Amino acid sequence: MILIITASIIGVVLLFASFLLKHTSSLLHLVTVLFAALFGVAIWEALQPTAILTQSFYLDAIRVDRFTNQFNVLITGCLFLYILLMKKHIAAVGKYKAEYFALIAFIMVGIFMLSSFNSLLVMFLGIEIVSIPQYILAGSDKENLKSTEASLKYFLMGAFSTGFLLMGITLLYGATGNFMVSEFNFLQATSINPIALGGVLLLIVAFGFKVSAAPMHLWTPDVYDGTPTPFTAFMATIVKVAAFVGFMRLFQTSFTAISSSWSLVLAVVIALTLFVGNITAVFQQSVKRMLAYSSIAQAGFMLFAIISLNAIGRQGMLVYTVAYSVASICFFAILIKMKDYTYDGFNGLAKKQPFIAALATIYMLSLAGIPLTGGFMAKYYMLKAVLFEGSYMWLAIFALLMAAVSVYYYFKVIIAMYFKEGEAAMIDSFTKEEKLYLTIGALALLVVGIFPSLLTGTI
Amino acid sequence: MPIQYYIFLSLALFSIGVMGTMMRRNAIIIFMCIELMLNAVNLLMVAFSNYWENSNAQIFVFFIMVVAAAEVAVGLAIITLVYRKVNSVDINILNRLKN
Repeated sequence: MILIITASIIGVVLLFASFLLKHTSSLLHLVTVLFAALFGVAIWEALQPTAILTQSFYLDAIRVDRFTNQFNVLITGCLFLYILLMKKHIAAVGKYKAEYFALIAFIMVGIFMLSSFNSLLVMFLGIEIVSIPQYILAGSDKENLKSTEASLKYFLMGAFSTGFLLMGITLLYGATGNFMVSEFNFLQATSINPIALGGVLLLIVAFGFKVSAAPMHLWTPDVYDGTPTPFTAFMATIVKVAAFVGFMRLFQTSFTAISSSWSLVLAVVIALTLFVGNITAVFQQSVKRMLAYSSIAQAGFMLFAIISLNAIGRQGMLVYTVAYSVASICFFAILIKMKDYTYDGFNGLAKKQPFIAALATIYMLSLAGIPLTGGFMAKYYMLKAVLFEGSYMWLAIFALLMAAVSVYYYFKVIIAMYFKEGEAAMIDSFTKEEKLYLTIGALALLVVGIFPSLLTGTI
Repeated sequence: MPIQYYIFLSLALFSIGVMGTMMRRNAIIIFMCIELMLNAVNLLMVAFSNYWENSNAQIFVFFIMVVAAAEVAVGLAIITLVYRKVNSVDINILNRLKN
């Protein structure tokens, strides 16, 4: 709860900083301090003795439980890593440097609301607070037509999905007379009512848009490609994971009793997402577009947490949060330095920058889900969750096949770096600090891969 | 009046909005259709609120209005930005992104 307030204050402070601080370097120091403070507050809140209990705020509209606290710590940690790696590049996108950071802070407010809502009203506000600043961030490179078009496309698609979300919420209210997702009538009355069923299906469509599940994924590649790269790294990782947590929280709390009526729809969505994401990613020439499709493919795996409806899925979500976000953010931090975003742009990187190439290999191995990396454990938990439920064996087998396909396009980057001759032209070199942060990211992936219980068990 | 009338009216408005969003090419008109979807939701919210005899949904409607206003502020700015660049608000320019 204090976290939501802190993030809002940070946003406001940064808005003031935009005209009080004249120098970019002092702004960047302030940004680092503020987001470190946010991370600190998240840890402090999770270490409170009351953190393992469920606390409610604002007439029970917000409920902070143990999972919320765990997730908030991990997501603010990923955000801090993202800020450390990307702050220079964010400030270089356009004229309004401080505002970009302020918008990121406001998005965090929405993310914390998504991880702690108990009323559909708070969920709706959370999703909108996450979405609206993203439309602005997508169009922040005003000189570039591609960025503007990405912004328009994202805006129209996002507003369209908001309509579905609201209709779903309204139908659920019509069936139950309540917005509180943990109320008794919300859990029971939905089992027979066709209006409620319509509401649940509309919510699947709306959340499918937000997490870019097929067939609602069509905006994703274009938007991720057109958006300035530092913001793509943010949208594709932290925001997407947060949308998943909101999705999972709603469905695991409220719709478990009627899962037989919607889980088949979701299973088809998952199969389509895995298929479309992985197969299309194979044919991409640009690494940035490949990462966009790979984010769709990873979304297919993350959807397992929602269909399985058990505690293993929740733990898997935490592991996925770290494994996927850290690997993608760090790889985007390398990609952003390249002159050429195609695979050929990576040719010969291992000769020129052996250390960076080794780190990039670790990120790619993690995204592909090779053992000893976080990505493997994340996929392992998700498959375990769905197999534990028992009814979707075919889906797990299909997911494994698709994971094998994904190895192809992730390894193409490694092959380009190590086995092809080329220049690997870079815009500027890595500073010592950036190399340190990238190493920390790679170490985090390895630690999660070897001791996943650090994330799921203790905190 | 029975609640069904309101449900059918709202769903009709909502469907008009959905069809308009998918079929029209002008960004402003698409935007208006999205607003129509939101207003269909508002109408249904108020009708259900009356049906259940509690005021939760009426409060929700205010929030929808506020969020819609925020969306308009951002959305029209984006559409203006596009218009300045290409002198058109036709959605077909989005296809250029695919290259």
